[in-house]
Amino acid sequence: MSTTAVDLPPVEIRRGAGRLAGTAHDSFAVAARNLIAYRRVPQLLVFSTIQPVIFVLMFRYVFGGAIKLPANLPYVDYLMPGIFVQTVVFGSLAAAIGLATDLKSGLLERFRSLPMARSAVLAGRTLADLVRNVFVVVLMAAVGFGVGFRIHSGVAPFLLGMALVLLFGYSMAWIFATVGLAVGDPEAAQAAAFPVLAPLVFASSAFVPVSTMPGWLQAFAKHQPVSATVFAVRDLVLGTPATTDVLQALGWMAGIVVIFAPLAVRRYRRSV
Amino acid sequence: MTETAILVEGLAKRFGDVMALDGIDFQVPTGTIFGLLGPNGAGKTTAVRVLATVLTPDGGRAEVLGHDVVRDAEAVRYLIGLAGQNAAVDPNLTGRENLRLIGRLTQLQGRLIETRAAEILERFGLMDAADRPVRTYSGGMRRRLDVGAALVHRPPVLFLDEPTTGLDPEGRNELWAVIRELVADGTTVLLTTQYLEEADRLAERIVVVDHGRVIADDTPAALKSDLGSTVTELGMSGEKEAERAHSLISGLPRVHSEREGATVRVSSQEGPRVLIEVLRALDANGITPSSLTVREPSLDDVFLALTGRHAESNPTPQASDLAKAGVA
Repeated sequence: MSTTAVDLPPVEIRRGAGRLAGTAHDSFAVAARNLIAYRRVPQLLVFSTIQPVIFVLMFRYVFGGAIKLPANLPYVDYLMPGIFVQTVVFGSLAAAIGLATDLKSGLLERFRSLPMARSAVLAGRTLADLVRNVFVVVLMAAVGFGVGFRIHSGVAPFLLGMALVLLFGYSMAWIFATVGLAVGDPEAAQAAAFPVLAPLVFASSAFVPVSTMPGWLQAFAKHQPVSATVFAVRDLVLGTPATTDVLQALGWMAGIVVIFAPLAVRRYRRSV
Repeated sequence: MTETAILVEGLAKRFGDVMALDGIDFQVPTGTIFGLLGPNGAGKTTAVRVLATVLTPDGGRAEVLGHDVVRDAEAVRYLIGLAGQNAAVDPNLTGRENLRLIGRLTQLQGRLIETRAAEILERFGLMDAADRPVRTYSGGMRRRLDVGAALVHRPPVLFLDEPTTGLDPEGRNELWAVIRELVADGTTVLLTTQYLEEADRLAERIVVVDHGRVIADDTPAALKSDLGSTVTELGMSGEKEAERAHSLISGLPRVHSEREGATVRVSSQEGPRVLIEVLRALDANGITPSSLTVREPSLDDVFLALTGRHAESNPTPQASDLAKAGVA
């Protein structure tokens, strides 16, 4: 016994190169959808940028004076690379919250019944967050310059540093995409993420020199992805030798994506 | 010759210790409305999710219009539309933007997407709200948009999982009318429901599922003929009197009677006339019911008739319950 075969509508099932183009098409459609949310709910963007702005002001004017730096480096120039990285790290939470919301609302179930690329929901989500991060990084740079931040190297190394920041944000989004799908609830995703984010961001070289921390903490603070990225961006902005730190940072990002992209996709396939 | 649009053979799906689907079989002829009826946790949603390629079954097979839902899932996705239990639309997008998104993700061309979106907004009475974010919609409007979103690519097979849940009677009637229109145009519809009335009004054939198994597969008329078109519940002062009434009524022609505690449930094809006879017989024997309710048969009555027990909701059935059900 079998059903009567019906020919497919005049849409070709995508294979080979067509499949890749199709994945891009679907990812852009999903990314556009996620970006509309930022336009329509501006609070999402406002609140996610107010917090880093407050960090800039707080560290620049409140804590900055107490933090001793080697040489005569102004603290704001030391701080801003850390702020850029910290901003995109906290911003990557949006992937967890967004995907958990879509999972809970049944939207992911609908997407999985559609003839679209399996990876497009995640690719579109992380792409939308990347676009948002471009906006946020530009804003933070403007705030930084406003409070006295100066580039010691040149425009090209600075832009390379910003590209590293964006790439790092993109790789972190895959971690939080996995978390969001695993947890399946927006509030829980947020709660689950913070205990991971806080040590990564604060036990790092983002705000203070690692050498001021106790030895046991230094071991962690020197060898974790946030610090690695901050070291690289700081080298690029301050004009100190950067190659080793940049390669290390890229290594961390590649490692994160290689591990978490498949995990996120696997979670997505299993989620209903 | 009737063609088969959906074929389900021995389909099984397990979640941990729970058999959500325990080998179900059914067939849906092309261009018909098919009802999957059962209480919460019976396996209806799991069945729809497997057919819609959202879940992979653990056993058995299913085909939609000649394409296996596992091996040929991508082809199946072009042929189906799914409206799940939640109104799965993006609250931050407008109604039109939601439909556009589905249009793009079902690989339609740009111009066609606009036409289809407008058609659907018109058909579901959402034109006035088309360019407002969905979070400003009422529950009924969201629900209609959700069903509309399943139609953007004009799928020949449509899955509706409890489509009228949360709708007021007017919204429900409107949605029923749309479903009938779609079927008149040749669409095959599989809908799940907890309401016998809904399945009866819409479906040409009904499968009753319980604990992941099919316990009846029939036309609504045949299912109801076993039940009677009306059900009357007579409350008695005590079990003893109820038993007397029950044996009296059972002796009457064209009547089916059951006793449960102090309640006697009488079902019949000829409700009003038989009811007069029942009351006369009781009166002649000096029995006066303390309460009397007349109603349409419900899913629960179907369950009683089919299984001898009430329809229970099993949101998370335990393995031991399933084992008992298997023995029963």
